[in-house]
Amino acid sequence: MANPLHIVVCGSIVPDPLQTLEPITTPTGPGLKNDLMLPAVFDPWAAHALFEAANLVKQFPGSRLWLVSMGPKAKLQQVMMTIAQKVPFELVAIDGPAHGFTDAHETAALLADAIAAIPDLDRSSLLLFGGWESASRGAGVTLQIVGERLGITDQFQGVDQITLSDNGSFEVMERVEGGKHLVSHCAGTPALLGWATGNLGEPRNDPQVGMKNMRVVMPALQKAKQATLSAEGLTYLQVQLPQQQRQTRIVKNMPADEIAAEIVEWISRS
Amino acid sequence: MAEEVESVIERPSMDVDIACVGFGPAMGGFLTTLSRGLVDEDGIAIADSTAITGMPPQVICYERADDIGFGVSGVVTRARAIRATFPDFDPENVPMAASVATGKLVYLLDPIGASRRPFAMRIADRALNLFKPLLPVRHSALEIPFAPAFLHKGDGFVLSLGQFNQWVGSQLMAGGNVQIWPGMPVAEPLLDGQRVTGIRLMDQGTDRHGDPETGFMAGMDIHAALTVVGDGPVGAIGMQLDEAFGLPKGNQQREWAVGMKFVIDLPDDTALQPGTVFHTLGYPEPEIFGFLYVHPGHVASVGIFVPSWFDSPVRTSYRYLQHFVQHPYLWQFLEGGRLRSWGAKSLQESGKRGEPFLALDGCARIGEGSGSTNVLTNSGVDEAWFTGTLLAEGVLELLRTHLPFTRENLDEVYTARRRASWLEPELKMGEHARDGFQHGFLTGMAGMALTGLSDGILNLHVKAKRPHENIRSLEDFYRGRLDVSEIDAIRQNCHSHNHSLHDALMTRCGWPEIALDGQLLVSLQDALLMGGKVQAPAGFRDHVTFRSEEACHTCGARTCIEICSGEAITAGEGGLPAFDREKCVHCGACMWNCTQADAEGRTNLVFRAGAGGLHSAEN
Repeated sequence: MANPLHIVVCGSIVPDPLQTLEPITTPTGPGLKNDLMLPAVFDPWAAHALFEAANLVKQFPGSRLWLVSMGPKAKLQQVMMTIAQKVPFELVAIDGPAHGFTDAHETAALLADAIAAIPDLDRSSLLLFGGWESASRGAGVTLQIVGERLGITDQFQGVDQITLSDNGSFEVMERVEGGKHLVSHCAGTPALLGWATGNLGEPRNDPQVGMKNMRVVMPALQKAKQATLSAEGLTYLQVQLPQQQRQTRIVKNMPADEIAAEIVEWISRS
Repeated sequence: MAEEVESVIERPSMDVDIACVGFGPAMGGFLTTLSRGLVDEDGIAIADSTAITGMPPQVICYERADDIGFGVSGVVTRARAIRATFPDFDPENVPMAASVATGKLVYLLDPIGASRRPFAMRIADRALNLFKPLLPVRHSALEIPFAPAFLHKGDGFVLSLGQFNQWVGSQLMAGGNVQIWPGMPVAEPLLDGQRVTGIRLMDQGTDRHGDPETGFMAGMDIHAALTVVGDGPVGAIGMQLDEAFGLPKGNQQREWAVGMKFVIDLPDDTALQPGTVFHTLGYPEPEIFGFLYVHPGHVASVGIFVPSWFDSPVRTSYRYLQHFVQHPYLWQFLEGGRLRSWGAKSLQESGKRGEPFLALDGCARIGEGSGSTNVLTNSGVDEAWFTGTLLAEGVLELLRTHLPFTRENLDEVYTARRRASWLEPELKMGEHARDGFQHGFLTGMAGMALTGLSDGILNLHVKAKRPHENIRSLEDFYRGRLDVSEIDAIRQNCHSHNHSLHDALMTRCGWPEIALDGQLLVSLQDALLMGGKVQAPAGFRDHVTFRSEEACHTCGARTCIEICSGEAITAGEGGLPAFDREKCVHCGACMWNCTQADAEGRTNLVFRAGAGGLHSAEN
C-alpha cells in the first residue's frame, strides 16, 4: 500500500458559462459586463481534478485533500455551497479576482505561497492537482508556474488517469494528439498533474459531506486573505468571446447518422 | 420507486434542529430574522441544539434549484417588510434593484384585430379610437390618468428576485448560523401520524422512473424538531402536506396564473428610466395582464400573466408574450432590444382563501404556498417575506422558552402573530377581489374595483371553479370562428407533423406569425437555451408523471401540452403526453391545467420534486 498522500487541488470559480458573458473594458482592465450579478460555478476543469483527488484520498487511508481557491469571497462562499456537497476537502480560501484576466505569474505566486503556508503539508508526498485548462481564460501556464515555485519538476498535463503502485510510484496517462495517450511512469511524489476530464462522473450531492465540509469551509472563508494583484505591465489588445451561431430545429425519430450528417453540413456552411 | 426496492434500501439519516424547504423570499425573511436572533449580544447561542450536543441549533435549508438565485421572478414591491428587516436597505447594493420612479396603468387596444374582446370592450375600443385626438391615446394604448390607491407601489422597489435572493443568501451564509444547500430537491415530508418529523431528500442516481441505477444514492432522511416549508405554490412538500392534512374548512386553491417574463437589454438610447413601472391590461387577450419594470443599466423585465380563469384551451404563454412585447405601446421602447433571460412560474392566486394549515405538529408553512399573496394589490413577495419574519420571531420565542414545536405552540407564536399583523386584514380585504373573473373580464374588473374602492366591504361573491372546469373544448372555444371540421384538420395536421397546435390555431385566427429576429424574438427552444439556460442534472427521476394513461387517452384537450412553458410536454407515442425533463422550467402550470381530475379534485398530472430548471439569476 502506498503511503498516505497529501493532495492539493488548485481550483477557482468562473462565471457560469450558461449566462450571457460580455467582455468590456473597465478602468482596471478587461472585465465582464454585469460581473457582480453573474452567478459563478466551480471551474469544470478543476472540478475533474478535485473529484479524482477525492477518489485517491478514499483509496489511500490517511491521505488528506486541500482545495486552494481564489475568488471574490462572497462568490466563493456561494459556490462552496454546491461543491462542498460533492467530496470532503479542507479549504484554503484567497479573496481575490476570478475573472480570468489576471497575470498568470502573479496568480501563481499567490497560490504557491498559500500552498507553502498550509500547516502539516508534507511536500514530499504532495500531489499538486489542477485543471489543464480553465473555463474563464486558460492562460495555460498558471499551474505549471505554481509547480515551479514549489520546486515540483515532475509535471504532467492533460491527464486522464493516474494509477498508484504499492511502492509509491505511479503511472500517468496524458492526452496527446491523435486521440492517444502518452503513458509515463514516475518514481513517486511530489508531482504536478493538470487534469483533462479524467474518468470519473460528477459525484452525487451528499448532505453528510456537506455538513462535514462546512465546519471547515466557513472558518476558512472567514480567514481568507485579501489578495492584491497589481497586473503591472500587463496589457490586453483585444478581448472577445468565440462567435456563437444558433439555429434550432426540433425533429423526432431522426436517425443519429442523419443528425450528424446535417450538423456536419451546417458547420461546413458556417 | 417500486415498493419492493424501497423496502431494501438503507437510507442514511441526519438529525438537525430546523429543516427548511425552498429558498425564496419567505425563507429569506425567516432565515435572516432567525439567524440574527440565534445568538445573543455576547455571541452565545440562545438555545442548545437537540440534534448535536454542545452546538447551537442546526438550521439547514434545502433548495431545489441549482443556485439560490435561480428559478424565481422579478417584481415591483412596496417592500414594507423587507425594509423593516433591512432599515438601511439601499437598492444600489443589489444588482438590478431600483427605487420606483414612475408608475403607469395602461389599457392596450388591439392593434391587429385578433384579440377575443367582449362586445362592450369592442365598443369602448372604437370610442377610444374615435376620440383619439381628445384623449391620451397613443401607440394604440390609453394611459389611464389615475390608478387606484390599492395598486400604488410608489414607495417601493423594482427588484430581480434572483439577484435579491443572492444578496440575502450571501449575507446569511457569511453569518454562519444557517446553511443553505442548493441543487438538493426534497422529495417528501416525513410523517409520524399527525406529526411532521422531517424531510426526505430526493434519491440520486436513478432512472427517469426513480429506479436505482449506477451511482445510486438513497435520499437522506433529515429528522428535525421543526420543518419549515416555503417551497412555493407548486412545491412538492407543501402539496403533499395539503394532501395529507387537507385545507382548513372553506379554503380552496383554485385560482392560478402562469407568469412568463423576458429580461431585455433595452436599446442604449432608451428613454425609460430605472424604476419605471407599467402595468397593462387589455392585450393580447382581455384576460391577460402585463407589466414592464425598468432596472438600472438599460434592462427591463417584461411579462404577462395567463390566469386559470382564462377559458381558452389555447393557452401558450410564450406566443402571447411575443405578441405582447410587439404591441406598439411597448414596442416603441423594446424595438432593438435583446433577450437576456427568460422564465416562467406559477402563481397561487387564491390568496387568503388558499391558506393551508399554517402550523402542524413539528411544521410551519410560510410564503406564497401559505396563502400570503394579496390578490387585490397583486403583491406577494413582500408578504411572503413578512410571513417568514413572523415565523422566525415565534420560533425564537419557543427556543428561548425551551418549548417544543407543537401545533398549539406554533399557532400561539406564529399563526396568532400573523393574524394580529397588518398582513391579515389586507389579505382578508382582497379575499374575494377576483371572484368576478369567474364570469369574464368585465365582471372581474368590476369586482376588483368594487373590492378595492370599498376597502373590501363590498365584493362580488362567485364560487371559483377548478381551473380545468374553466377550460372549454377547442370546438366550443372557436365556435363561430372556425368550424369543427377545420379544427379537426388543423389538429390532424399538427399531430402528424408534430407541430404546435396552439400556434397553428392562433395563426389561423388572425394572430400574425412571429417574425423571429434572433435578438428579442426567438423561438421558444432558443429561449430555453439563450434565456432560461434550462438544465436537468442526470440521475433524478422525472418530476412530471401521469397517474392514469387511460385518462390521457380519453383527454381531448391535452392542455398540458398547450400550456407547457418550455415545450417540455409534447405529444408522444399515440398522442399521449411525453415529458422531457431537460426542457422543464418547473413552472408547474401543467399540474393545474390538467383537465383530467379525479373525484378528489387531484389532477391526472403529478408534479413532484425535481432537480434542475432555470439557470438564470437575472429573473
